[in-house]
Amino acid sequence: MLYREAGQFKATYRQDQAIFPVVQDRVCVVALLVVAYVVVPLVANEYWLQAVLIPFLISSLAALGLNLLTGYAGQVSLGTGGFMAVGAYTAYKMTTAFPELNILLIFLLSGLVAAVIGLVFGIPSLRIKGLYLAVATLAAQFFLMWLFNRVAWFYNYNPSGTITAPPRTFLGLMVTGPAATATVRYLVALSFVVVFALVAKNLVRSEIGRTWMAIRDMDVAAEIIGIRPLTTKLTAFAVSSFYCGVAGALVLFLYLGSVETLAFDINVSFQVLFMIIIGGLGSILGSIIGAAFITIVPIFLTNAPRVVGFNVPVDLSKNIEAIIFGGLILFFLIVEPQGLARLWQIGKEKLRRWPFPY
Amino acid sequence: MKHRKTLWMAVGFAVLVGLIGAAPGLAQNEIFIPLLVYRTGPYAPNGIPIANGYIDYLKLLNARDSGVNGVKITWEECETQYDTKLGVECYEKLKNQGPTGAALVNPYSTGITYQLIPKASVDKIPIHSMGYGRTASADGRVFEWAFNFPSTYWSQVSAFVKYIGEQEGGMDKLKGKKIALVHHNSPYGKEPIPTLEILAKQHGFELTTLAVDHPGQEQKATWLQIRRNQPNWVLLWGWGVMNQVAIKEAVAINYPMDHFIGVWWSGSEVDVVPAGEGAKGYKSGNFHGVGTDFPLYTAIIKQVYNGDQAAAKANNIGEVLYNRGLINAVYDIEAIRTAMAKFGNKPLTGEQVRWGFEHLNLTEARLQELGLAGFARPIKVTCDDHEGNGPVFIQQWDGKQWQKLTDWIAPMREVVRPQLEQAATDYAKENNITPRNCASES
Repeated sequence: MLYREAGQFKATYRQDQAIFPVVQDRVCVVALLVVAYVVVPLVANEYWLQAVLIPFLISSLAALGLNLLTGYAGQVSLGTGGFMAVGAYTAYKMTTAFPELNILLIFLLSGLVAAVIGLVFGIPSLRIKGLYLAVATLAAQFFLMWLFNRVAWFYNYNPSGTITAPPRTFLGLMVTGPAATATVRYLVALSFVVVFALVAKNLVRSEIGRTWMAIRDMDVAAEIIGIRPLTTKLTAFAVSSFYCGVAGALVLFLYLGSVETLAFDINVSFQVLFMIIIGGLGSILGSIIGAAFITIVPIFLTNAPRVVGFNVPVDLSKNIEAIIFGGLILFFLIVEPQGLARLWQIGKEKLRRWPFPY
Repeated sequence: MKHRKTLWMAVGFAVLVGLIGAAPGLAQNEIFIPLLVYRTGPYAPNGIPIANGYIDYLKLLNARDSGVNGVKITWEECETQYDTKLGVECYEKLKNQGPTGAALVNPYSTGITYQLIPKASVDKIPIHSMGYGRTASADGRVFEWAFNFPSTYWSQVSAFVKYIGEQEGGMDKLKGKKIALVHHNSPYGKEPIPTLEILAKQHGFELTTLAVDHPGQEQKATWLQIRRNQPNWVLLWGWGVMNQVAIKEAVAINYPMDHFIGVWWSGSEVDVVPAGEGAKGYKSGNFHGVGTDFPLYTAIIKQVYNGDQAAAKANNIGEVLYNRGLINAVYDIEAIRTAMAKFGNKPLTGEQVRWGFEHLNLTEARLQELGLAGFARPIKVTCDDHEGNGPVFIQQWDGKQWQKLTDWIAPMREVVRPQLEQAATDYAKENNITPRNCASES
């Protein structure tokens, strides 16, 4: 009833190419942004912001990055954690070497460094594909972990090998360091995700995104119609690593405050991969839904028994969480192998025809 | 229809239970301690006895003395799996509970401690990382909110080198000897390296460091290297499953176990039992008593377990790590008591408890009163020194239980302290902290 696009005519190409062509969608997105920017900071307490929403936003950013590479360009990667580590360690090195440099600029620069590293590790993709490529990117993951663990220069010769985000300000507000409020951190993370999601959406709608998809769907055919695999695959690796690098820098500066390489180990790569598989390969929305699923559902499951008053011992509730969470993953993958984003899309279709389904 | 009714009844019941469950939280005369524990995951065998020991002491106080000076102690556990991210979530969840918020926090992971140190001064919650965490936090001028008494990794490793020197027949005999360090590849495992490097230079022994990646199940290559190098002594800085594997591997290559010394986190029953007979002779550091031969344990069995020895045994009573959890609780409660002497017998804020930590003076007489004579060394914490510079001893596994092998060995303070102050100064510089002036503090 409410969700119907009848009568909304598109008179110009501009309107036709809009990201959200349906008025109701636009209203929803604006409302969501208002909620995220105004209502959430007013309502949420520090626990929600720091322990739930900030990790969710940062995971979304990393998932977006991997989805560009795996979902759109079809190159499976298990190096996400490594590229995130590049971002984090670069940001740390830069901000300790040049404390005056604007911290947001540092985040972007560390993304660029990660992009270069991603480019290098993307070279094998020109020869190998699929699972074999996944194994090759695994090398990136382990090599980078090893590098940041062994070369003391990366952590400023600190005896423990941990890097700590120093306090930095932006527009007079504390953005990083212990004195930064959770609200400011949240807003910075949110802005990064909003801007980068918009950029990603436009990237995949543009020529570059279409070449990625052509390579993904059939690389030989793509090559024949004049798409160069070299530049296409490598740009995908670079852009994806850029996103992951920024996400890694945010993990250090906005979320954890101090990290060791363990924060970016192979499990992170797997988690981000699961996010996009569950959320939906080749979908911007899917990256965000998948990140929400993987980061928020376990927290919810751990705390749920206590909220309703069942005093379950912590070890039991952790194990129950693992069982239910695994079950949910199976359930969603069986119900909709194409991910949660596809479910959302089907829901929208149904809503459009409601109350007369056929 | 009938089923629907049952369902609604169940929901109603759940809500009701929730309301009832929430109600006791309103009591005011309570002091709240958040407990970050790990009862699942690769570190669970070590995490469980610690948590049990800590909680048993709190239970004892609540049952016997109705809390500390009449203020009841409450606590809530939160599972961290020794994972830094989960630890942060737990901390954020628990830090504001209780009428005055969390009184203190024991992170029980060096990684989580690193996370919490910068937050502590903002949230005003003191951290007690007992014998772990950031060694530099022993410098109270920079790390106002973090305490790591009774000893640190750097002090401990210097005591180990001293012990090795003694065994070799004098510190000058260390020249040309080979010492290998097998360590967890994390901030925790890397902690002793700088001290060892300095000592290696001073005494002329050759140091090899061998890192083992988390969680530490794969150590074949590491021990192959040890077999090839034949170091005279091996030091182990492991945790969780890594300890068990390391000891098993050492047995497998026939390394002389009495030349194999573990950090105090690598010396509990769960670490040596899996290696069987071969583990006999393995040594490790420790800073508190072993066994249950202390009056306090009689009180715990009586008050907490109603005299049920078997139940107490099932809860790890008397194991090395249980005793460690217990002494941790004793230290924390004594700090709270010290603070109460100044601020009154009421729920204390983190700020007040911090003062208590900084003025903690645990004397021999007080330990006697607590029923722990000879269990731990007296300790005095000051504004300047958050470590207390505690000595350690070496214990040895005799195949059935841990035996205290040496007397208390004092660490080489003249080596450790300047290094520690340097690390603290570096930290202060990097994070724009102005060190306190301890002379002006009361």
